[in-house]
Amino acid sequence: MAFFAAHRVVKSFGGTLALDQADISIEQGKVHSVLGENGSGKSTLMRVAAGAHPFDAGALELDGQPYRPRNPMDARRAGVSMIHQELSICSHLSVAENVVLGAEPVTMGVLSRSQIHRIAKDALTQVGHPDLDLDQPAGELPLALRQLVEIARAVASGSRMVIFDEPTSSLTKEDVQRLFRVIERLKSDGVAVIYVSHFLEEVRQISDEITILRDGKTVATGPLAQFSDADIVSYMVGRTIEDLYPRSVRAPGEVVLSLSGLTGQRGLPEEASLELHRGEVLGVAGLNGSGRTEMLRAIFGLDTVRSGHIKVGQIAGFTHPEGRWSSAMGMLSENRKEEGLFLNLSITDNTTITKLGGWRMDSAGQTSATTALIDQLRIKCRSADQAVGELSGGNQQKVAIARLLYHDVDVWLLDEPTRGIDVGSKQQIYELINELAAKGKSILVVSSYLPELLGICDRIAVMRQGHLLPAVNVAQATQESLLEAAIG
Amino acid sequence: MKLPKSYRNLLGLVLSLATIFIIFSILVPGSFPTIRNVETLARQSAITSLVSLGLTFVIIGGGIDLSVGSVAALAAVVIALGLNAGLNPWLSALGGVLAGTLCGLINGAIITRFKMGPFIVTLGTLLAVRGAAKGIAHEQAINAPDSPLGQLLSILAKHDRWQLLPPGVWLTIFLAVTAGWVLKSTRFGRHVVAVGSNESAARLCGVPIDRVKLAVYALSGFFAGLAGLMFFSRLTVGDPTIAAGLELDAIAAAVIGGASLAGGEGSIAGSILGTVIMVTLRSGASQYGLPNWVQEIVTGTIIVLAVGLDRLRRREA
Repeated sequence: MAFFAAHRVVKSFGGTLALDQADISIEQGKVHSVLGENGSGKSTLMRVAAGAHPFDAGALELDGQPYRPRNPMDARRAGVSMIHQELSICSHLSVAENVVLGAEPVTMGVLSRSQIHRIAKDALTQVGHPDLDLDQPAGELPLALRQLVEIARAVASGSRMVIFDEPTSSLTKEDVQRLFRVIERLKSDGVAVIYVSHFLEEVRQISDEITILRDGKTVATGPLAQFSDADIVSYMVGRTIEDLYPRSVRAPGEVVLSLSGLTGQRGLPEEASLELHRGEVLGVAGLNGSGRTEMLRAIFGLDTVRSGHIKVGQIAGFTHPEGRWSSAMGMLSENRKEEGLFLNLSITDNTTITKLGGWRMDSAGQTSATTALIDQLRIKCRSADQAVGELSGGNQQKVAIARLLYHDVDVWLLDEPTRGIDVGSKQQIYELINELAAKGKSILVVSSYLPELLGICDRIAVMRQGHLLPAVNVAQATQESLLEAAIG
Repeated sequence: MKLPKSYRNLLGLVLSLATIFIIFSILVPGSFPTIRNVETLARQSAITSLVSLGLTFVIIGGGIDLSVGSVAALAAVVIALGLNAGLNPWLSALGGVLAGTLCGLINGAIITRFKMGPFIVTLGTLLAVRGAAKGIAHEQAINAPDSPLGQLLSILAKHDRWQLLPPGVWLTIFLAVTAGWVLKSTRFGRHVVAVGSNESAARLCGVPIDRVKLAVYALSGFFAGLAGLMFFSRLTVGDPTIAAGLELDAIAAAVIGGASLAGGEGSIAGSILGTVIMVTLRSGASQYGLPNWVQEIVTGTIIVLAVGLDRLRRREA
């Protein structure tokens, strides 16, 4: 007997149909993963379930009753909570206050501190973390614990169904395992858990059942065991994926970027040295916080450097980003919303900003060049004038990459180029990286996703606590060897 | 065919302006819908328009400049002093505008050098520059000899009617067109929008952020200086107490015109239309005989309504 069910739910935004008669059926005490590419409608379906969007047609059912939440609070009262990718934590309120937020226990409008503490303590115990300091401002907690506070909030309001929307996209490996233990606890308490993720490995580890959406429709659903990875990906993209990591023959040439003894301002990285060759893809693996991003930022001139030497082509010395772009080096930020893109500006503006020409611009030329890039990268959008913020994550990332293509960058610094984007877009980015390398471009790529590094790189170096270990040939590396080196 | 967002916004403003104009034409049929009145409205709009040109750059760049009113007053005092010292009138005018630009440069330098919030810095210069203007003028309006500067915004004499509008208005129109073009079609303009939209991303993209900001505040000072010149032209004295609250009018104009105080959004045409809407409203209300306090309530309501409607429109889009 399904606890929650959606029957032929339809939802459109303006002219676009986000859900086109989608179905789903969720049971209590199970983890049900929802998969699909960006734009497949999975987030919309989850938002509909959590009361964030009204739906146009179809029906929802909760615990045998018709269910039509008017807003998220309504859904929460009915026992449905959603843990969003962007956490809704008030950083200035305490942990306890955050747990009861929106459902504060009050008598005559006055908060009862002891009651708040009791509720928060209970909820945190239920998710397995009674040790958190209830009075600490939530903003001081690391990301993973903030997420925990939000889960405790769902528990405290008596949720019988909790929806996780890509909860691991910015967590470290250990935090992911901790989250999974919390999810297991919820499951054994009889909570229905919906899990939305792009990571097949995680889905494999945590779920009992899966539902796959494409173009707003449910294309497959059933027990996880019935699906192979290839099945899942094929259902998601709607075509058979031959080769996730294409690799043409590459012939690395001369050194285009050499780094020796680079030490960042805050000691990260420490004495890092590397050489990047023409036509080579060099990967940097390591844990979050090991100094990989800091190394890229130092190379690109975004962060100041304490000591070390750098040579890009024939030019030695550190400089600002302006200088790097002008010597045909480009960088893709790991944080596309906060640093990578101008969300309220158009695709054209985002693509051409680094190379606007002389002081007077050629608007028509820029638009047509951008349109060509939109076609090349298959960016889904209305036109080159559309604001980037309106696009899905995968398409936003493609715009950020289009900027480097437009600039005709020679040395590519890519920081987590496929973070939080769908499999179809990922595969396109792998294809692009392969093409670039074959054309003699040099690519330095930081990633936390080891299968990807092993798939696309020629050599991989591991960063461990600020120390960059010597790069090894990809043929000699395995996930285990890289992980071992990273943990050390 | 759906119009781009920016054009829809401007169309909305033009329609609002037309509506306001028609309403007052009906209420005050004798004098409102006349060429003479349109000329008056244009003259009254010139000063706030000039200030809002500079402020639009600042606001789109993600900043704010509260000091413009005081800077305009300082510029007017400098011009009067120049004339009294026997300087060529145009040289005096130049001196006033340069003084304004210098104030803007100081704002920009403090903001970029010490990484301070523009609200606080320009709140400080709002007071300091006003004080300086009063000090230089010994706390009184400085009389100045007659000069051609007085003709900039005055009603055209009979034999000059062919010019349609006084030279100060033409100058404002010319500068507005230029500013709009700079914002849309030059590298500098795009850099201003980029910095206001997302400063970190602008840095990543190699935009020289500090130079852009410095230039933007200098521009704001330059336009405030020009506004001071227009003030002087209208009053023909260098009064250090003029233009108090001008910054709020100009900010309101920009916001009505579609600028976002969070930066990255706004347009020159929008700000100019915003100014003209406010001026028309005020002038119409006073010609109809509405008391001052009613005008103020109406203006305030319009500002909130304009921004509220904009938000509503965006949610629907």
